[in-house]
Amino acid sequence: MSRIRAALRPESSLRRRLVAALLLATIGSLVFASGAFAGFATPESGGSPNADQIHSLYKIVLYIAIVVFVVVEGALLYSVVRFRAKRGRVAAQIHGNTRLEITWTVGAALILVVLAAVTFAKLGSIQNPPNSDATGLQFASTTEPTPPNGKKLTICVTGRQYIWRYTYGANCKSNAFGLPYSYQEMVVPANTTVVLDLQSTDVIHSWWIPKLGGKFDAIPGYHNYTWFKAPHAGALYRGQCAELCGRNHADMTARVRIVTPDQYLTWIADQKARIAAANRQVIQLRRQLTAYGTL
Amino acid sequence: MATTAPALRPVPQVIAHEVKAEPTRARWTEWFTTTDHKKIGILYIVTTFAFFLIGGVEALLIRLQLGAPNNNLITPEHYNELFTLHGTTMIFLFVVPMMAGFANYFLPLMIGARDMAFPRLNALSYWLLLFGGIVFYSSLFWQPPEAGWFSYTPLSEHTFTPSGGQDAWIYLIHLTGISSLVGAINFYATIVNMRAPGMGWGRLPLFVWAILIYALLLILALPVIAGAVTMLLTDRNFGTHFFDPTQGGSPLLWQHLFWFFGHPEVYIMILPGFGIVSEILPVFARKPIFGYKAIAASTVVIAFLAALVWAHHMFQTPVPTVVLGFFMLSSFLIAVPTGVKIFNWIATLWRGNIDFKTPLIFCVGFISIFVVGGITGIFLAVFPVDWQLTDTYFVVAHFHYVLMGGAVFTIFAGLYYWYPKITGRLCSEPLGKASFWFMFVGFNVTFLVQHAAGLSGMPRRVYQYPANAGLTVYNQISTVGAFILGFGILLSVINFIRSYKRGAIAGPDPWKANTLEWFTTSPPPVINFDVIPRVRSVEPMKDIRRQVERQSGIEQPGTVGQPVTFV
Repeated sequence: MSRIRAALRPESSLRRRLVAALLLATIGSLVFASGAFAGFATPESGGSPNADQIHSLYKIVLYIAIVVFVVVEGALLYSVVRFRAKRGRVAAQIHGNTRLEITWTVGAALILVVLAAVTFAKLGSIQNPPNSDATGLQFASTTEPTPPNGKKLTICVTGRQYIWRYTYGANCKSNAFGLPYSYQEMVVPANTTVVLDLQSTDVIHSWWIPKLGGKFDAIPGYHNYTWFKAPHAGALYRGQCAELCGRNHADMTARVRIVTPDQYLTWIADQKARIAAANRQVIQLRRQLTAYGTL
Repeated sequence: MATTAPALRPVPQVIAHEVKAEPTRARWTEWFTTTDHKKIGILYIVTTFAFFLIGGVEALLIRLQLGAPNNNLITPEHYNELFTLHGTTMIFLFVVPMMAGFANYFLPLMIGARDMAFPRLNALSYWLLLFGGIVFYSSLFWQPPEAGWFSYTPLSEHTFTPSGGQDAWIYLIHLTGISSLVGAINFYATIVNMRAPGMGWGRLPLFVWAILIYALLLILALPVIAGAVTMLLTDRNFGTHFFDPTQGGSPLLWQHLFWFFGHPEVYIMILPGFGIVSEILPVFARKPIFGYKAIAASTVVIAFLAALVWAHHMFQTPVPTVVLGFFMLSSFLIAVPTGVKIFNWIATLWRGNIDFKTPLIFCVGFISIFVVGGITGIFLAVFPVDWQLTDTYFVVAHFHYVLMGGAVFTIFAGLYYWYPKITGRLCSEPLGKASFWFMFVGFNVTFLVQHAAGLSGMPRRVYQYPANAGLTVYNQISTVGAFILGFGILLSVINFIRSYKRGAIAGPDPWKANTLEWFTTSPPPVINFDVIPRVRSVEPMKDIRRQVERQSGIEQPGTVGQPVTFV
């Protein structure tokens, strides 16, 4: 240890104090600034427990990162200020220090072991859907992934150039025929675990509502899953496709409207009626066109 | 022999003489027929720098479009073309071949060789690169590619992108790929076979170590991308269905193949930069490199791990948790050797006598920028966090911190460091320093706020963003920064052009450096060296100066930790 210190010892102490003060000021300002981070230095959250858990995991990484940043950039800044060329100074002809090499290799590895442990500890709460609250709706369904009690609302999210389609109901994956659906705006009941089955019919799209958790790709030929459980009825969350899907990629937006369970049941019934009415209109039009000989 | 007193032995000095041949044809035709590694190196450096400027203009157009919300300056079609051209140009036509250019010029000089192992193959490498670039850019006259630099299938399939621009992109990958592949084989053969007497593996300059590993990674990764783009080519034009999900093909297969090449490619781009920094820091700190073995070993470890991290680009695709965990841990692991390098560089500056010449300032700028890119890389390796951050401007900021820092700043450091050797003249220091500060400040203004834009929900590759999304200010700051950065680069261009005729004469060794390229005239003659010295350490030029001092009794500047400024 003393050999390491000897190898690193600067020759005078006047500028050392100056630089130490500078370093302290940097750390101080960063700690002070950490309160103001919430807005721009952390990901969106607040709409669903998985988004909140990602947010808190992100903050742990951020704090470790700030310490690493300050130490490394501080050491760099210190050495370029403290050891800049001076007449009469002779650079120390050191070739290395094995103990120092081992120390920082192990040190860096330890930080990463801690990060890995924290991530795996948090993973369950981000990846696995919880039960719906007692106040939420309790739909039975067997598609993967599933909360412990097996009850959730399944919605199939289908991406295509350049709009999202949502099909509501447990069997949307196997047989979507006759199920209610909507485009662009998804309506879901509050406090209910919603599992999304992501698919695509053309190119790769990516489902992302920042406040409701991470993004997952909708890839043609594959099924991908994610979930959210939104507590705030009345909230409207916005997002957009996050994987380049063509020229109008930027216009492929999505909205998720959270309503009370009762409002949701009413909306579903209304939506079914609207779809049925629209279907009847189409049938009528087809008959007319056939009668005119257009079809 | 043993009776000869040391003082009577001939004093070693820079001994290399140009033997002028009678010009039999016009001089400019030499540039087309040359197999001289130095001429080819210059061709590489000038060509790739031109592509860098074109890619930079594309970046400025992108920033102009994003300078205001709901902007209609550029159509979505042209916007997609711009970022595809920008990414492809910077990676395939600038960073990778620029490093090849440096290696071409300086690798034989640094190891005391008279040319590359296969000079004609070397010329082939360059001409394939140039024609790859020309083919790619001629798509401007028809329809440029628009599926992004990683051309994800099925978007890049014929159904969704019918234009020939995509095929031009495939052709570019083929041509530059073969160019890099034969170049890599050439570098490898040269390093293994043509080192000066006494230059064992433990005395190889760190830049040469980096090029050795760069060559190995290219040989490992390029066949994979060559196969993948050939499959895409046959999908698009000959009716196969490798990546077509409607016919049993797999879009995810493309991603695995692409990133198996794509992630080693990142290290292909930055390892030579690391090598340049490892050469420059000791010269201007007037100290030996700290931990030579640790830096060389970490280069090898990074290369090994680079082949095991590709799926961290695919955390948001359907992959099982165990795969997510594996790629998180392997990505973490690669931070360790990278950290070791950074610590060793800082330790090299520590207790030095640092001479603030432009090359050194660019190196210090590189370290400070790259640290940020490395740290944000850890955020992205934590896969649950990556689910929020990937495909947003956070990622855009991250890889610009890594590649602008790791490649552009190190390339500028290399250009300023070696310019006197290539041209025989020194660059203007004040102009170089001004260029650095504009670039450094402009870079951080451009990209630091992009982290925040991404965290606030701005996906990458969008041509517009709404006015009420809270993204306007971030984007405006970023656009202003981009023009500051561009101005900084322009100052360097002016510096390079101006110094070519008007710079101070450099002499053979203006920096009192450590490696053998400084043991010949600036610019070096075709033959490189009249006599190749025996190498006794990692710093052969320092040994030569010491020997001169011993034998002549005249103190040689720059041998005892004194910067050139004071001698």
